[in-house]
Amino acid sequence: MAKKVIVQANLNDNDTEFLSEPRQSLLEVLRETLALTGTKEGCNDGNCGACTVMVDGRIVNSCLMLAVEAEGKKITTIEGIAQADKLHPLQQSFLEEAALQCGICTPGFIVAAKGLLDREPKADEHRVRHWLAGNLCRCTGYDKIIRAVLKAEKEL
Amino acid sequence: MAEKGAKARALAGGTDLLVQLRVKRYIVDRVVDVKHIAEMNELSYSDSKGLVLGAAVPCYRVYEDKHISAKYPGLYDSASLIGGIQIQTRAGIGGNLANAAPSADAIPSLIALGATANIAGPKGKRSVPVEHFCTGPGKSVLQDGELLVSMSIPPPQAKMGSTYIRFIPRNEMDIAVVGVGVSVVLNGNSIKSARIALASVGPTPIFATEAGNWLTGKAPTEDSVMQAAEAAKKAAKPITDMRGTIEQRIHLVGVLTKRSLLSAITRAKEAR
Amino acid sequence: MTTTENRPQFKVVGTRPVRHDGLEKVTGKAKYGADVILPGMLYGKVLRSPHPHARIKSIDTSGALKIPGVKAVVTAKDLPIQSDKMVELGEAHANMKQIAENCLANDKVLYKGHAVAAVAATSPHIAEEALDAIKVVYEVLPFVLNVDDAMKPGATLLHENMVTRAVLGGKPDPAKQVGKSNVSSEMRWVGGNLEQAWKDSHVIVEREYFTKPVHQGYIEPHVTTVNWNPDGKITVWTSTQHTFGVRQQAAAILQVPEGMVKVIPMEIGGGFGGKINVYLEPAAAMLSKKTGHPVKMVMTRKEVFEASGPTSGSHMKMKVGATKDGKITGWQLWLAFEAGAYPGSPVAMGAMCSSAPYIVENFDVSALDIVVNKPKVAAYRAPGSPIGAFAVESTLDELAEKLGMDPMDFRLKNAAKEGTRQITGAPLGKIGNIEVMTQVKNHPHYKSPLPVGPNVGRGVGMGYWFNIGMQSSAALNVNPDGSVSLVTGSVDIGGTRVAVAMQAAEILGIRAEDVIPTVADTDSIGWTGVTGGSRTAFATGIAAINAAEEVKKQLIARAALMWEVKPEDIEFKDGLYINKKSPKDSVTMKQLAAKMMMTGGYVTASATANPRMAGAAYGAMIVDVKVDPETGKVDLLRVTAFQDAGKAAHPSYVEGQIQGGAVQGIGWALNEEYFHTTDGVMANSSWLDYRMPTSLDLPMIDPVIIEVPNPGHPFGLRGVGEVGICAPMAAIRNAIFRATGARMYHLPMNPGSIVEAIGAKKAAGHTNGAAKK
Repeated sequence: MAKKVIVQANLNDNDTEFLSEPRQSLLEVLRETLALTGTKEGCNDGNCGACTVMVDGRIVNSCLMLAVEAEGKKITTIEGIAQADKLHPLQQSFLEEAALQCGICTPGFIVAAKGLLDREPKADEHRVRHWLAGNLCRCTGYDKIIRAVLKAEKEL
Repeated sequence: MAEKGAKARALAGGTDLLVQLRVKRYIVDRVVDVKHIAEMNELSYSDSKGLVLGAAVPCYRVYEDKHISAKYPGLYDSASLIGGIQIQTRAGIGGNLANAAPSADAIPSLIALGATANIAGPKGKRSVPVEHFCTGPGKSVLQDGELLVSMSIPPPQAKMGSTYIRFIPRNEMDIAVVGVGVSVVLNGNSIKSARIALASVGPTPIFATEAGNWLTGKAPTEDSVMQAAEAAKKAAKPITDMRGTIEQRIHLVGVLTKRSLLSAITRAKEAR
Repeated sequence: MTTTENRPQFKVVGTRPVRHDGLEKVTGKAKYGADVILPGMLYGKVLRSPHPHARIKSIDTSGALKIPGVKAVVTAKDLPIQSDKMVELGEAHANMKQIAENCLANDKVLYKGHAVAAVAATSPHIAEEALDAIKVVYEVLPFVLNVDDAMKPGATLLHENMVTRAVLGGKPDPAKQVGKSNVSSEMRWVGGNLEQAWKDSHVIVEREYFTKPVHQGYIEPHVTTVNWNPDGKITVWTSTQHTFGVRQQAAAILQVPEGMVKVIPMEIGGGFGGKINVYLEPAAAMLSKKTGHPVKMVMTRKEVFEASGPTSGSHMKMKVGATKDGKITGWQLWLAFEAGAYPGSPVAMGAMCSSAPYIVENFDVSALDIVVNKPKVAAYRAPGSPIGAFAVESTLDELAEKLGMDPMDFRLKNAAKEGTRQITGAPLGKIGNIEVMTQVKNHPHYKSPLPVGPNVGRGVGMGYWFNIGMQSSAALNVNPDGSVSLVTGSVDIGGTRVAVAMQAAEILGIRAEDVIPTVADTDSIGWTGVTGGSRTAFATGIAAINAAEEVKKQLIARAALMWEVKPEDIEFKDGLYINKKSPKDSVTMKQLAAKMMMTGGYVTASATANPRMAGAAYGAMIVDVKVDPETGKVDLLRVTAFQDAGKAAHPSYVEGQIQGGAVQGIGWALNEEYFHTTDGVMANSSWLDYRMPTSLDLPMIDPVIIEVPNPGHPFGLRGVGEVGICAPMAAIRNAIFRATGARMYHLPMNPGSIVEAIGAKKAAGHTNGAAKK
């Protein structure tokens, strides 16, 4: 085991320092070291999107990024999406549209959808489906998720 | 990397490497993050030198660059269908090549576009045409301690079109059952030259030279394309596995070669 | 008990409030199984068999124990010896000895991925490294991977002493010759006169089908954390559909009293039936006992595929006849299901359910449960029914075609209704079968012209699931602010907190938001059955209704006390408690609650319900497909899914169940399968190659809710969770036929197989090719 490394990153708008073994994924450190368990592990090989976070404004699978690569980056997780007293429109529309059943994929979907709406606030249904193809949901059949994202576009 | 040799791997996007390390495909002592090397992040185009594509440039930088996408539509096709959006933030064309998977979606486009791989190592720099880069599944000409730095793609010729099409059972997030990358250069009412490369039908990506060469001088018609597709099928040497059978793959080489050539011809006609 | 017909309009039931647990789930605060972090916690990992079938000669764990950070290793030898005790687990019975052996293999491994040993260490990485240091010597044995190979004379036997249990009409069949075999049971139902039926038939269709195992595909891997204190108290934090079932299984396997085990339900990231059996708990418990620390174990996705339950692969044959005017004459069905490594496939349910939409008078139905060297199957959404429905609904489509009848007219002509005897002899209760079929036939989708273009087709299929009742408990505590805390033992897998809370709110005349639901651990609520069998909103709903009725009774007494009248002088109307003697005296629940301390203390109530009439559910699908004949790829153009919900408590979540079931069925139809190599290894044990549908593979799924009230529920609810998965496979298969002329007899109908079928049809030169592989 290699020595742990100090990593400095901006995490959900807070400058943060943490220790990481070089082999640890960002997902593992977020969950196990920083207790930010809102980011979920579904497959650990980049095929489900449950671990989606934003790095410098772009979505990535945190299971496929080493924590040490976060050095100097701005990381946003599901815990950093809402404001103190107000949900993000995506979070609100997911609630209103019943876009979650078990809810385990929900954080990944919301972060991924935010990545889309931040750059393409008028994405159509096909584009939303395309953008979210890297996020698996097994409960909903995606219908209500897609509707929730399209609804949030109107609220933004 | 030179110090650790085979026990070192370069980390760019990491979307293949981290999975491979987890399943112990490679046992390494050192992973070197190459994303901070300036040369490896270069993405530049000039009419004289063509495209320089640093090996650590992620897919999104390729397909979001409208200028480059217009010059090399086949490369755009490849870059925009590797993995999902999350993967494309990190994964790049260079990693796709260095990983040397027979199913790599970028390699047929690179071959079709006549790209060369620029390699640096303890003994200096060298360049290898991409069609000679892969030597087996996951194996390439990279020697221990060597690093893929960038790829160079010549400037597109006049009236050139390129396309990459793959077949997957879903619409995203799959490994190509078969992939076909082509480029076509038109000269008036005939084909001046064509290059055809195939993915997932052999131990390495396959450069189907006979099929491409056969098109030289032919009319850019569906009939010519069908015959080239038949020739491409002969170049395929697939296996049967969970993603497809030999028969299905050979059949698909024909279908996709036809479709990608027709698309590339259309694009060539629209190109300047 | 009142029924919907004579009940006035509901105030809460049928509305769409935001679910109570939603906010925590959209902000990442909700705690799922893997989110448990405890002081001193160790991490466990499992060593699994590389062979599909082998005898364990020896296990040497000494190397692993020498690694710094490794705290303990366990094998089956650390578990108490088990007897063959059967336990009831909701939708399936289970043999405890076999469950224990499935958690840690004893003398044999029966499938690739079978657990052999487990390690606890200070980090998951160290635990994983330690697995490589455990030396296991195997004697590799021959293996069988499908029902046909498993039934061959001389086939290797997974369980050397297993003798086929022969059953005829629900009773042991002494006439049947049985011996040692991989066939654990053969159940048969016979009725009417089949010979005569064939003679009376104008058309007979005989077909054969093959399907592969498919996985439930929940996004959250199996996970558990167990702490075993020196005083014998065991606490389990887990993601399960059935806390009391985990308690029961863990206590039986560890041979401790059930009362010493407390199971704390974490939020669950999907289950679909796959999170009822225990997998990790016994090993985690033994590791905790050995180390004195809590031990957390999480499966990798590969382990989930290789070692947790898929549902069965199958081989099925069906022969069915009809008169010229389309009345079904004879019905012969032979189903052979893979059970995986231990007996217990849902084949009997497959046989019963697939026949249930129709009047079947002359029949001979056989159901064979067969062990093979694959992971033990687990329940998966309407277990068995979708597999049987694929055979039945496909064959009936061909029969209707031969008769020149519209497929829905044909089904309606033979539709089962209340009182129709099923093949088991049991009559159907009040059902919505005909209503569902009629809705399909009259739906604009069914009547609309097909989308323009070549290779486009439309198909339909039906589905049935009986739903279950069983015991549930609920407790209500009235708060001084007039809100009500609702405690149940039903794990909320997809919106049942809100659906149950709404039912209590309906009784009390308050808003859904004024009921605050909590899912409690096994020490904190009365015994409650599985969240499965589509029973939760139904049965736990009734428990909540009963508790709410008790609360209402007490509040009426309080109001009576306040106004110094008799309880029967109080009228409850629209949320108001009214003094009939002086109608200007009325109070809300909130006002009554504020005065609780002055009228006798806090109001609490608890109830346990054990309802039987779960109310069977019928479902259907209409699907339009477009097939690329060159690549075999199927695009879904339009999907409409129908389901009788009895009464949709929360329509959004009922729609969600319909849509989710439809899409699991779509995945099963087109791409999902366990792809085993000839050396007995699952080659596609990742989501990359297992290929569940993504958002880009689907259109919107239009749900149609039909409400034929269930007389077994005060508001008319039926179970809604499962039947949606039954119809899609045959519906898509029938649509592919109309798009291409090719009939498919295998699942999945992946692109390669469709190109092959189109090619074979062209070669044969006609469209009525016989059923062949």
